[in-house]
Amino acid sequence: MIKRILNFYIDGFKSMTIGKRLWLIIFIKLFIMFAILKIFFFPNILQSNFSTDEERGNHVIEQITNIK
Amino acid sequence: MENFDLALVDWSRAQFALTAMYHWIFVPLTLGTSFIIAIMMSIYVKTGEEIWKRITKFWLTLFGINFAIGVATGIILEFQFGTNWSNYSWFVGDIFGAPLAIEGILAFFLESTFIAILFFGWGRVSKKFHLVSAWLVAIGSNLSALWILVANAWMQAPVGMTFNPDTARNEMVNFWDIILSPTAVNKFLHTITSAYVLSAIFVVGVSAWFLLKNRRVIFAKKSMLVGATFGLLGALFMLMTGDESARQVFKDQPMKFASMEGLYDGEANAPLVVIGFMQKAPTKANPKMVDFAFKIEVPNLLSYMAALNPNAFVPGINDLVNGNEEHGIVSYYEKIKQGKIAITALRSYKDAKKLGNEAVAAAELVKFRDNYKYFGFGYYNDPHNLIPNVPLVFYAFHTMVGLGMLFLLIFILVLFYLFKKNIVKARWLNYIALWAIPLAYIAQQAGWMVAEFGRQPWVVQDLMTTLSAVSNINHQSVITTFVIFAITFTLLLIAEIKIMLTQIVTESKIKED
Repeated sequence: MIKRILNFYIDGFKSMTIGKRLWLIIFIKLFIMFAILKIFFFPNILQSNFSTDEERGNHVIEQITNIK
Repeated sequence: MENFDLALVDWSRAQFALTAMYHWIFVPLTLGTSFIIAIMMSIYVKTGEEIWKRITKFWLTLFGINFAIGVATGIILEFQFGTNWSNYSWFVGDIFGAPLAIEGILAFFLESTFIAILFFGWGRVSKKFHLVSAWLVAIGSNLSALWILVANAWMQAPVGMTFNPDTARNEMVNFWDIILSPTAVNKFLHTITSAYVLSAIFVVGVSAWFLLKNRRVIFAKKSMLVGATFGLLGALFMLMTGDESARQVFKDQPMKFASMEGLYDGEANAPLVVIGFMQKAPTKANPKMVDFAFKIEVPNLLSYMAALNPNAFVPGINDLVNGNEEHGIVSYYEKIKQGKIAITALRSYKDAKKLGNEAVAAAELVKFRDNYKYFGFGYYNDPHNLIPNVPLVFYAFHTMVGLGMLFLLIFILVLFYLFKKNIVKARWLNYIALWAIPLAYIAQQAGWMVAEFGRQPWVVQDLMTTLSAVSNINHQSVITTFVIFAITFTLLLIAEIKIMLTQIVTESKIKED
């Protein structure tokens, strides 16, 4: 059963024409998004700056109640 | 407001808008063409005619190109939640997280499994199983859209939650209240039906190009018939859901509703502006006053649209800002006062808890709860800063509605000429249908602008403003990523158009049997 499913996908990919170019675009796009943008430009601010949920909650309250 | 870095807020908004608007170029075509393909494949399975197989395969290829280029562009929005909008992400808590998680699971299992069968299944799986896969791809992709639209609807009309002042998070109280809120239901139905209309215009427009070139005439006419029928039904449902959505906006977001119509002074028997040109006329008392240089109105229609009563009172922007006792409208001045009490009480509550002063904490909590519904108003001193960009919302709304009507007319005319069997000769109609493709994308973006610019300055209606939602980060880094996104998305869009055009031209050159 697993072999049949695998062969289904392998045959499908092999018989692709325009799909190969599309897969290349998808891989380049995912590489830019996850290997460059996510790592270097989009850290999760609250996850990386605070170690507990309590600290995160206190930080957000500090931010949203600061109206001076 | 001086406490906030406005450049940071503006760039963060611009970046989010850019990403969301580019993402929304790809999504609606996927939502609608998936159903059109399922219908075409159903005809093929029922009739066994080879031409329907060829038609299905052609539109499936275009669907695949759009899906491949657009897939995962929405994930960037989630990156931005964690980096640029961390206060917001924390504040909305699991109300936003749960629907997005369901969306991720559905998208992964339903779409990725059955899309593979849809593309690779020709001659490898039974016709019936192949057809079931086509329908499941359509249903799955539309269900994916449901969850993100539920999350967006909650931001426009927050329900089914309670704010926890200890964690600073909104916690879900009733899942069904969130998912079945009238705003969520209307938003979902209106958005997907508008996506069906865009997809139908795409199919009709590309087919019209075939007819203009006098190539693959039978192929194009059959595609057009499915596209226009699907489009006509979609457009009628879109009108109904749009009408219902407008009533919901009137109820939950009266400022957005007044801005959509450029209505400054409320009135009973309010007319609907069909066409209008706005001009700026600021006064001291009303620095953002904008009125019309020219307008054509339909008497009483706005009142009817808002409340199904031609004599109903529709509040204008001035009524909302200054209040209107006669109609029970609380002024923005009063809401700002209550918002400031809520914000100060939350701060005092946290301070009292830290010092272990439970009595003070309990008293502040009561004060906070009593005023929480206007929490976000407390960030402002001048209520005029709580008015969205009225001309932008007005023109976006009227563009969306006007184009929606045009598409309905196109579908009716195309079907009329198809049944009269002289669609090929109606070259003027084929030209209009072809040029309607970019217009359909403009209508989609205009609709997004009405929904999102119209609700400014809120990210969560009445509770959280864009000012307080942003993370305290350097705005230079936001500019850098804005530029990266602008370049990347533009390249993706160019690639999509180029690959699609190549496929369309190639198909058109095949000789018809």
